[in-house]
Amino acid sequence: MRKRILSILFYLIMFICFLLQCTLFKRLSFGGIGPNLLLITTTSIGFMRGEKKGLLAGFVGGLFVDIFFGDVIGLYAMLYMYIGYLNGKFSRIFYPEDLTLPLVLITLSDLSYGMICYIVLFLLRGRFNFSYFFTHIILPETVYTILMSILLYPVLLALYKRLNMDENRSETDFA
Amino acid sequence: MSPVVKPKGEKFTLPGKYLLFILTILCTGLMILTFTTSALSTPLAYAAGFLVVPFEKGISKVGGYLNDRTEILQEIRHLIEENEALKKQVADLTNENISLQQDRFELTNLRQLYQLDAQYTEYDKIGARVISKDSGNWYHSFVIDKGTDDGVLENMNVIAGAGLVGRITSAGRNWAKVTSIISDNVSVSGKVLSTSDNLVITGNLETYADGVIEFNKLIDEKNQIVEGDKIVTSNISDHYLPGILIGYISGLNTDSNNLTKSGRVTTAVDFSRLEEVLVILEQKQTIEE
Repeated sequence: MRKRILSILFYLIMFICFLLQCTLFKRLSFGGIGPNLLLITTTSIGFMRGEKKGLLAGFVGGLFVDIFFGDVIGLYAMLYMYIGYLNGKFSRIFYPEDLTLPLVLITLSDLSYGMICYIVLFLLRGRFNFSYFFTHIILPETVYTILMSILLYPVLLALYKRLNMDENRSETDFA
Repeated sequence: MSPVVKPKGEKFTLPGKYLLFILTILCTGLMILTFTTSALSTPLAYAAGFLVVPFEKGISKVGGYLNDRTEILQEIRHLIEENEALKKQVADLTNENISLQQDRFELTNLRQLYQLDAQYTEYDKIGARVISKDSGNWYHSFVIDKGTDDGVLENMNVIAGAGLVGRITSAGRNWAKVTSIISDNVSVSGKVLSTSDNLVITGNLETYADGVIEFNKLIDEKNQIVEGDKIVTSNISDHYLPGILIGYISGLNTDSNNLTKSGRVTTAVDFSRLEEVLVILEQKQTIEE
């Protein structure tokens, strides 16, 4: 039961991140570029809790983006879902003490998220100036997202540790 | 007894990759469905409206309040100076107003003569507050706090100040999504006010960094159009009411085909500081199919 509540907390944080991302952080944007908090939570849930939890979280988060800002429903849901799933592959080598892996994964996820967005939404419509979009949209977003993840990640990590502590305890109880 | 007997204590779990597969198909299906019909968007929009919009309203209210406070402090000094200047201006404008009123009297008379007044009737408008902006950095769409409950429907035009902002692309009970004209995937049919030549204005993420968007397909045989000319929405636009100011020409060059011209438009609206907008409660008349 407690575990259930803690896993719901992950979704709650994701929901709050989505809200802040399109309200507060649009005010705090630099040159019109805001961070992608939803991506941080999706990625983190992925490598902390595994493929299945990651893909579900990505699907739910992406669906919110789709409903409010997407032209078609399902595009962002699919994109975030795959990000969550692929990050889940790294849950086997994830240790809470290690900070490099999360940061590398978040960076790579945001970069590939930006690339796919560019390809699907811009390149296919004939906007070929990739270097412009890379330096003005994708890269600034990634940098801002990483800076934000330094603040957001500890919160998620604390939650993860709490969850794991419970899991371990229940295992020993069982034995 | 059922022939399928599950071993006790072992819960049925779906492996991750199957779930991924199922959801991928679901997503693709949803994409195709929303691309071809709009059957799905309405229930989803309603559900999301209940869940998200109240929070967004709260957050933007707090944000707006804090913003207002700091702006008030900064502007008091500025206002004192401005007040002096404005008093002077009021005197000048009063004089000007009198002469303009005379002109207007003449104009209304002439208009009645030409029976054009119907074309210039004031549209019904409703004010709305911007409560959230696109979560990504690629497009410039945003959400306002008025929806179908207030009579806001899809395809209604949104303006701010004097200029065109965009149009409603989906509406929930208490919210509506506005796709702005500077979004990279949006085109508006416009005309040059002075010569009534039609052109197409296209949003462009790349040039919007300099505050301008693009226009093209302008036919200007007599070379009458110059920089600074006003561009308004045209009569032949599918979604936009005619005669709404879009912006001013800020760059003009002849295309390589030597027939059409293209260039840049400075928008009348400052999209980076959009807080309140007006929705015109009138839809462009369309031919029923």
